[in-house]
Amino acid sequence: MQVHLSNPKRVVEVTGPLRVADLMGQLELNRESVLVIRGDTLVTGDVTLNDADDIEIRPVISGGSV
Amino acid sequence: MKCKPCGAEAVIELRRHRAAFCRECFLHHCREQVRRAISSHRMMGHSERVLVAISGGKDSLAVWDVLRDLGYQADGVYLGLGIADYSDASRDYAEKYAAGKGATLHVVDIPTEHGFAIPDAARATKRVPCSACGLSKRHLLNKAALDGGYKVLATGHNLDDEAAVLFGNVMQWQVGYLARQRPVLEETAGFARRVKPLIRLSERETAAYCLLTGIDYIVDECPMAAGNRHLRYKETLNELEIKSPGIKSAFYFQFLERMLPVLDDVADAERDLVGECARCGAPSSAEICAFCKLVEKTAAAS
Repeated sequence: MQVHLSNPKRVVEVTGPLRVADLMGQLELNRESVLVIRGDTLVTGDVTLNDADDIEIRPVISGGSV
Repeated sequence: MKCKPCGAEAVIELRRHRAAFCRECFLHHCREQVRRAISSHRMMGHSERVLVAISGGKDSLAVWDVLRDLGYQADGVYLGLGIADYSDASRDYAEKYAAGKGATLHVVDIPTEHGFAIPDAARATKRVPCSACGLSKRHLLNKAALDGGYKVLATGHNLDDEAAVLFGNVMQWQVGYLARQRPVLEETAGFARRVKPLIRLSERETAAYCLLTGIDYIVDECPMAAGNRHLRYKETLNELEIKSPGIKSAFYFQFLERMLPVLDDVADAERDLVGECARCGAPSSAEICAFCKLVEKTAAAS
């Protein structure tokens, strides 16, 4: 499957099937800091992703001046 | 994973609430958290006009959307910071939301109206960019609220923002800053009331709210903020949160409940020191306020 990441923008190829929580581990991402989006909706950590899926991992941490 | 309230397929899991939610129940949860924050901290009433500080990011657009949804008379104000393409893109998102909802958005462009851009001000004053930006925002957003006759200024500060600021203030025992870190800063002479309706929502929740309601927001981080201390504090807190779900909200809400009352005298003493800036009339504890000094130094350097 193709996984789209930000900061910097890049695409990585990951082999499925794979649970969302395991994908986070594989990419060394903290799931408190991102949303996982399949198609146009969110998926939870227990969902299994397949090779045909197009996945966006969107960072949610922001903050400059507060 | 199933939605805790209704049993449908969940789209988001919130470990600190030990719950997962479907889209509809999650949106209800967000509105309910904002309603509870407003109610428990007596932030504002429905008869009061509210000005919402809009950056084009997820938090500000989410708070504006929820406030409008809850029936508040909420208009927006966007500050153009002069940060090249980033400011142009942010403004587009803010204007697109306002146009789509038929909402009123005021725009204050700092380079046009005040003659400088944030990067110039940071260089001229030798401040880090986020410091020059924060100082300018606090001054100009308050001015926009007062000039527009708004009783209340609402910002999109979320649970992660507040926990990170608290963490930074505790790390350096900034007692004065701790005393002022409140969900509501009441109106005083020269200040509109400032409220933070998103304190019960994490930024993961505000991002999810925007995604699930179709609100387009600027995902890219401000180029001036990269690697700043605030972001490092957030990462640190999220490392703790992943191992101990709920620790971040406990840190912040226990501070509100147990520490802030102890700091009331400090806050009162600080308020007593505030006079008026001799140049612009804004509240200031010095003869010339920090914003006027920043404008002066930036003009001198250009």
